[in-house]
Amino acid sequence: METELLDLSLNELQNKLQNSEISPVELVEASISRYQNFDKEINSFVSFNSKESLQKAREVDVSRENGPLAGIPLALKDNLCRAGYATTCGSNILEGHRPPYTATAVKAIEEAGAIIVGNANMDEFAMGSSTETSAYGLTRNPWDTERVPGGSSGGSAAAVAAGIVPAALGSDTGGSIRQPAAFSGVVGFKPTYGRVSRYGLIAFASSLDQIGPITRTVEDAALLTEIISGHDPADSTSLDQPVPEYHGNINPKPENLTVGIPAEYFGEGVDEEVETIVRQAASDLKAEGAELVDVSLSTTEQAISAYYVIATAEASSNLARFDGVRYGPRAQEFEDMIDMYSQTRAEGFGAEVKRRIMLGTFVLSSGYYEAYYGKAQKVRTLIKRDFENAFEKCDLILTPTTPTAAFKLGSRVDDPVQMYMNDVLTAPTNLAGLPAITLPVDANSDGLPVAAQLIGPSLSEQMLFDIAYLLQELSPWEPCSAPLKE
Amino acid sequence: MSVVDQEISDLARLSRLNLTPEEEEELGEDLNEILEFAEKINEVDTEGIEPTYHALPVNNVFREDEVRPSPSPKPALENSADSVDGYFVVPRVIEE
Repeated sequence: METELLDLSLNELQNKLQNSEISPVELVEASISRYQNFDKEINSFVSFNSKESLQKAREVDVSRENGPLAGIPLALKDNLCRAGYATTCGSNILEGHRPPYTATAVKAIEEAGAIIVGNANMDEFAMGSSTETSAYGLTRNPWDTERVPGGSSGGSAAAVAAGIVPAALGSDTGGSIRQPAAFSGVVGFKPTYGRVSRYGLIAFASSLDQIGPITRTVEDAALLTEIISGHDPADSTSLDQPVPEYHGNINPKPENLTVGIPAEYFGEGVDEEVETIVRQAASDLKAEGAELVDVSLSTTEQAISAYYVIATAEASSNLARFDGVRYGPRAQEFEDMIDMYSQTRAEGFGAEVKRRIMLGTFVLSSGYYEAYYGKAQKVRTLIKRDFENAFEKCDLILTPTTPTAAFKLGSRVDDPVQMYMNDVLTAPTNLAGLPAITLPVDANSDGLPVAAQLIGPSLSEQMLFDIAYLLQELSPWEPCSAPLKE
Repeated sequence: MSVVDQEISDLARLSRLNLTPEEEEELGEDLNEILEFAEKINEVDTEGIEPTYHALPVNNVFREDEVRPSPSPKPALENSADSVDGYFVVPRVIEE
């Protein structure tokens, strides 16, 4: 019963709540029970507030005017600020940090009535593709607990895949929503840069970061995106554009659709089984009347290098604020102020964060700035142009989300470059600021989910939801929770 | 291009990170490997290309210059390791 309950979509849950077929208390109890039974094994949460969530469930009025999420349990990635609740970015340097304010996107889901049950695990400061670098221990993939759930929003993806919550919020800088969603067999959406306010999202790379939903269905992703989108005076990069009702307007029209297939996303380095499954998804769209055309994104191979130069440069600057003065613990022993900063940071940051701060500092340092950071920003212009040219020939682009299905725990964590290559098919869209959705389309021969990614022009959210919904209907994969053993 | 040992300790200083000799050695190797990977950007001809710092054509955003509520010092200081009388406390910087 409880599994069935948590397998329902947000819309179905909302209807059942309003018809009094289920109560918010039953729903939250089901979530707590799943958490207690499974999270010891997968470790998808860094904090889980059972008592308080039950209390809120008892008090909530689920009538429609109280919002589309009234009484529904959701999870937040641990880098989204919520006033009074520990928000740590999976890092010791923010141990016990309780922000004095709430992120705009979090406020939006609270105002929509959601019960936030806890914070999901993540790679430290969102720097990773496997959720193995968190100070709170690694997260396991619910489909195969010897494998990674992807990252950095691996806790959010695993919690949804395990059916602990029907949906969660994540953040995506170079694929951190889409890659873990793909590895975990759930839907992940990165909105157009600026569609969702970043106010209260602890910054990694400000020109790339975007908050988005991780859900089990495309409709749920549309609903959550609609709720969290919009202009926010507190984030001057948020777009001052009206937010359409995505969820209620899903209407796939494949007849006049042109789907671009970029050769660069199917070539070397992409697993054959992944390629076959995603090409089948393209054929499914064709059978519905869509036209497939070849497009070229010639800078794909260099884009991932440009991404790591730009992202680490921005990170080294953003993370300068963690110095033991305003937040987090301070080193106990030091000689002077500079040594206090340096010792606090040495004790507080993990290896991958140190690596990226050092790299970012290097590419910004005098003598190297032009050769690395300046050059990467020029390459970024060409990456944007590649997409613009492609969208003259097609409405959207279909690709695999990741080069492989989920890999084994520990298999890449000691090889930074191999780990970075996970983002090769997702990071270019962040550099260009474009929206992209991932959804599972089939399982590979190991029974692991394999996902397709749809990339659209700026603010083409509705079309992406429409066509992703169609693919969800056409593909062999049925939205479901992972079959975890108790 | 590669990062030499001297630069690793300079970078650590600029990054405000106290590193152990072992960490410096490991990071040196990692950074050289990552930089080799980063240098793929040199395969792209960017002659005459303008840089992109921001993905969307958003210009300066102005707002009215008016007083608005802001957090009081108390919540702003609550996460600090050391504060007194509404101020952050840091180690002494200027000698007596």
